[in-house]
Amino acid sequence: MRRIVTLALAALLALAWSPGLAPAQEAYKVGAIFSITGPGSSLGIPERDTALLLEAQINAKGGVRGPDGKMHPLKIVIYDDASDETKAVLAAKKLIDEDRVTAIVGTTLSGTSLAIVDTVQKAEVPMVSCAAAIKIVEPAAERKWVFKTPQSDHLIVGVLADYLKAKGLTRVGWLNVDYAFGQLGWIEFEKAAQKLGLQVVANEKFGQKDVDMTPQLTRVKAANPQAVVIWSIPPSASIATKNYADLGIKAPLFHSHGVGNKRFIELAGAAANGVIFPVGKLLVAEQLPDGDPQKGVLLAYARDFEAKYGPRNTFGGHAWDAVQLVVKAMEKAGTDRAKVRAAIETTRNFVGITGVFDFSPTDHNGLDRRAVTMVQIVDGQWKLAK
Amino acid sequence: MTLGEQLAQYLATGLVVGGVYALIALGFVIVYRVTRIINFAQGEMVMLGALVMVTLVGRGLTVPPAFALTVVAVAALGALLERAAIHPLRGAPALTVLILTIGASIALRGGALILWGTDPFALAPFSTGPPVRLFGAVVVRQGFWVLAVAAAVFAALWYFFQRTYAGTAVRACAVNPRAARLMGIRVHRVSLLAFALAAALGATAGAVIAPITYATYDMGLMLGLKGFVAAVLGGLVSPPGAIAGGFLLGVVESFAAGLVSSGYKDAVAFVILIAICLAQVAGWLPWRVAEEG
Amino acid sequence: MGARARWCLLAAAAAAVAVVPLLLESRYVVSTLVFIGFNALAALGLSLVMGFAGQVSLGQAAFFAIGAYVSGVLSASWGWNPWASLAVAVAAGAATAYAVGLPIFRLSGLLLAMATLGFGIIVYYVLVNWSSVTGGPSGLTGIPPLAVGGFRFDTDARMLWLTWGLLLLALGLAGNLVDSRIGRALRAVHGSEAAAQAAGIDTTRLKLGVFSLAGAVTALAGALYAHYLTFINPSPFGFTYSVELVVMVVLGGVASLWGAVLGAAAVVALVEGLRALLPLVTVSHGAAEYEIVVFGLILIAFMIAAPAGLSGIARRRA
Repeated sequence: MRRIVTLALAALLALAWSPGLAPAQEAYKVGAIFSITGPGSSLGIPERDTALLLEAQINAKGGVRGPDGKMHPLKIVIYDDASDETKAVLAAKKLIDEDRVTAIVGTTLSGTSLAIVDTVQKAEVPMVSCAAAIKIVEPAAERKWVFKTPQSDHLIVGVLADYLKAKGLTRVGWLNVDYAFGQLGWIEFEKAAQKLGLQVVANEKFGQKDVDMTPQLTRVKAANPQAVVIWSIPPSASIATKNYADLGIKAPLFHSHGVGNKRFIELAGAAANGVIFPVGKLLVAEQLPDGDPQKGVLLAYARDFEAKYGPRNTFGGHAWDAVQLVVKAMEKAGTDRAKVRAAIETTRNFVGITGVFDFSPTDHNGLDRRAVTMVQIVDGQWKLAK
Repeated sequence: MTLGEQLAQYLATGLVVGGVYALIALGFVIVYRVTRIINFAQGEMVMLGALVMVTLVGRGLTVPPAFALTVVAVAALGALLERAAIHPLRGAPALTVLILTIGASIALRGGALILWGTDPFALAPFSTGPPVRLFGAVVVRQGFWVLAVAAAVFAALWYFFQRTYAGTAVRACAVNPRAARLMGIRVHRVSLLAFALAAALGATAGAVIAPITYATYDMGLMLGLKGFVAAVLGGLVSPPGAIAGGFLLGVVESFAAGLVSSGYKDAVAFVILIAICLAQVAGWLPWRVAEEG
Repeated sequence: MGARARWCLLAAAAAAVAVVPLLLESRYVVSTLVFIGFNALAALGLSLVMGFAGQVSLGQAAFFAIGAYVSGVLSASWGWNPWASLAVAVAAGAATAYAVGLPIFRLSGLLLAMATLGFGIIVYYVLVNWSSVTGGPSGLTGIPPLAVGGFRFDTDARMLWLTWGLLLLALGLAGNLVDSRIGRALRAVHGSEAAAQAAGIDTTRLKLGVFSLAGAVTALAGALYAHYLTFINPSPFGFTYSVELVVMVVLGGVASLWGAVLGAAAVVALVEGLRALLPLVTVSHGAAEYEIVVFGLILIAFMIAAPAGLSGIARRRA
C-alpha cells in the first residue's frame, strides 16, 4: 500500500515538473439554469445534455481562446430550477454572487426566465434564455442584458399562417393547452389570422393533465373547419391527436413546434401520420438542400447528440446556440460582463442550430422567418412539407 | 355533425372517464367507511397502476397476467402503507392522519419520478380495431374495456360485501367498530384489508385508462382529487353512491367542456365540491356527507 | 413567555435582521433569507389556523396568489402607488378568507379541509383563464418595487429589512393575540370544541376571525413577493405550494408561532441544500425528485414521531 502511494506521488511530481505542461489558465465560468425536473423537464433535460456535450467538446480542444491569446478551460455550472420561479431566482443569484460566472445560459421556461430578468438586469450579468416568449427580451432597449435563442412565437405562427393561406385552408379550428405556451401561440395566431383573412371557426382550450380532449374536438368538428391547429406539447398533444383520429375528422391536422420530438410520435402512434407543424430545421437536417448555410452545423450537432443522448430535438439546439453565443463572446471579451454583453449584441451571421442569428441593439433574438420550416410526419418520420 | 350527435359524444366520453372516477371514488369510500380516514394517496395508486402495467407489458407480458400482477403489487403497497404509516397513528385526530396521507402521496410521486422519470409512457389498447360508432358518438375500443372492467369490479365488490364473511366484517366495522370488535372481528385487520382493496381499485383504474391517457408520474394527483369529489358527491360512505358520483362527475365535466367553456373544465369538479359542502351546511342535501373529525 | 420577554426577543431579532445583510456579501444568501421571510409570513397565517383553531387549510396558496395578483395588477396595470395596492391586497386576502370561511366554517374537520382545497384550485384556474386581467398563464410583468420617497426597496438587503420587519411585527402581534382572552378561547376550541361552546364561546366566529387574519397575513406575503420579483405567473401558486406551507407548519410545530419561521427556514434550507449537494452525487443536476420524496417522508415521520414539530423537540430538550 505504502509503495503504491509513493509511486503515485512520484508520478504526480514528475507530471508537475515535466517541462511541456503549461500552467492551467483561469477557467472561464458560465452559469446555466435548466428545468431538469418539474413540468419543463422534457425541454430542460436535452438542454442540460447539450451544455455538458459542448463543455466536453470545447475542453477537448483545449478550452476557449480568450482575448489574451491563451486557452482557458470552460466550466459550465448547471443548476436545476425544477420549473419553479423562486428556485430560478435563487439559482441566478447563486451563480452571480457565489459561483461568480461571467454570463448565464437559460432558463428553460418563459415563466422562470421572466422571473430572473430583474435579477440579471440589476446585477448587470448577460443572460441568454432558452425560452420562447418575446416578452423576455422586449423592449430590447430596456432589457439590455437579456437575449434569447428560440424563435419567437410570431415567427413560428407567421410561417404556419402563411402556409395555411397558401394552401387555401382559411376556415381554421384552434385548440391550445391552458398554460403559457398555448396562450402565447393563440395570441399570435389571432393576430396573424386577422392579417391574412383566416377565419377562426372554433377556439378551445384543454389542460396538460386532461385525459380526453374529445369534447373540445367535438365542438371543433361541429364547426366544420378546413384545417385544425393544436398548440400543445406531449402528452396532451398526443392524446388530442389520437382523439382527433378516433373522431374521424378529415381536415388536415396542424401542430406547433412543441411536438418536435420523437416522444410525440411514439405516444400518438399511427394517429401522428400526416400531422404538419412549423419547427426549426434540425429535425430535417438531412433533407435540406446542400446550399443551406445551417446544414453542416445541424448534421454535426445531430450526430454528436444522438451518439450520446438519443433522438435529437430542437430544445437542445436552443441551449447549443446559447452556450456558443456566450463562448464566442468570451473569445472576444474574456470575463468582463459588460464587454461580453456588447459582444453578444454585436454578433452577426452566427450560424446556429435554431437559425442564423443577427443580433442588434433593437433585436435580442436575432432570428427571422428563415429559422422556421414546415415539417410533416410521414410513416413516423419527419419530412420537409411541400 | 348535428347537435344530437354532439350531445351523444359528450355523454359517451363522460361515461368512459366517469368509469375511472367511479373506481377511484370507491377506493376513497371503502377506506373512509372503515377507518374515517380520507386517504389522500389514493390517486397515487392510480398512477402506480398505470406505470407498473406499462412496465410489465413492456417487459413482454400479455395483458391478463400483467393486469393481475399490477393489481396485486399495488394492493400490497397499499397494505404496506397502512402497516407502516396509518396503523401506528390509530386514534390520532383525523387531520393528523390526513396530513400523513398527503405526505405518503408526495413520497410515492417522488419515488415514481426517480424510478420512471418525467416522460409519459404509451400502452397499446387491450384490443385493437377502429373506434365504434354509437348513436353518432365515437367510442374507442379501450372505452368499452374501461366500462366492462368497472362493471366487473362493481359486481365482484357487491358479492364480496354481501356474500362473504370478510366483506360482512368490513361492513360491520363501518357501522360500529366497537361492536364489531366485541363480536370478535379484528378491526385493525379490516383496516388493512380496506387499504389493500382501495389500492387495488386505484391500480385497476390506472391500468385500464393507461392506453387512453398514457402513464406519467404526476397523473395521480388530479385523478385522485376528481375521484374524491365523486366520492363526496355520492355521500362519501356509500359504494353505490360513489359509483353514481363517478359517472355523474365524468358526464358533467364532459358537457361543461363541450357546451360551456373548456378553460374552466377542470374547475367544475371543485365548484361541485364546494357546492356540496355549502348545501350540506344549508341543509339542502337530501343525503348527508359524513362530517365527524 | 411573557409579553415583555417576547418583545425583547423580537427587538433582538430585529437588530440581527438590520445588521445581517450588511455583513453578507452574497445576494444569494440574502435573497434566500427574503424568501424564507415570505414563506414564514404565509406559514404564520396557516399556523394560526392549524394550531389555534385546529383546522387545516389546503388552499392557503390561494391567499398568497390573491395578495400577489391584487397588488401586482393594481400597481402594474392600473398605475396605483404600490403601498396603496399592497394595502388593498391585504384587505382582499382578509375579505376573501372571511367570505370563504363564512359558510364553510360551520363545517368541521375534513370537509373544511376539502372545501379549502377546492377553493385553492378554483383560484388557480381563474388566474390562468382570466387573462385579460391576470395576464393568463404567461404572467404579469412590470410590477414596480415598493418605495418610501426616494428609498426604493429594490435590493435584496432592503427587501430583507422590509420583509423581516413585517414578519417580526406580525409575530409580536400574533403573540399578543395568543396570550389574550381570545387566544385562550382559541386554545379551548382546539382542545374541545363542544366544551368551548358550552363555556359560551362563539367558536364559529372565532375560527372565522383567525381564518381572515391568516388570509391577510398570507396575502401580505404574496404582495411582497410580487413587488420583489416584479413578475408573477400562476404556476408558483398551485396546490403544491399549499402543501408546502402545510409541510412548513408541521415541521415547525403547529402550536408555536416561531415554529412557522423555523419550518419555513428548514424547508428553504433543505431545498437549497439539496441543490448544492446533489450535483456532487448525481450527474443529472436535478434535485426536485429527491426533494419531494424528502418532503413526503418528513411529513410522515413528523406526524408519527414528533407531531409537535421542531419547536416541540427543542422545547423537550430545553
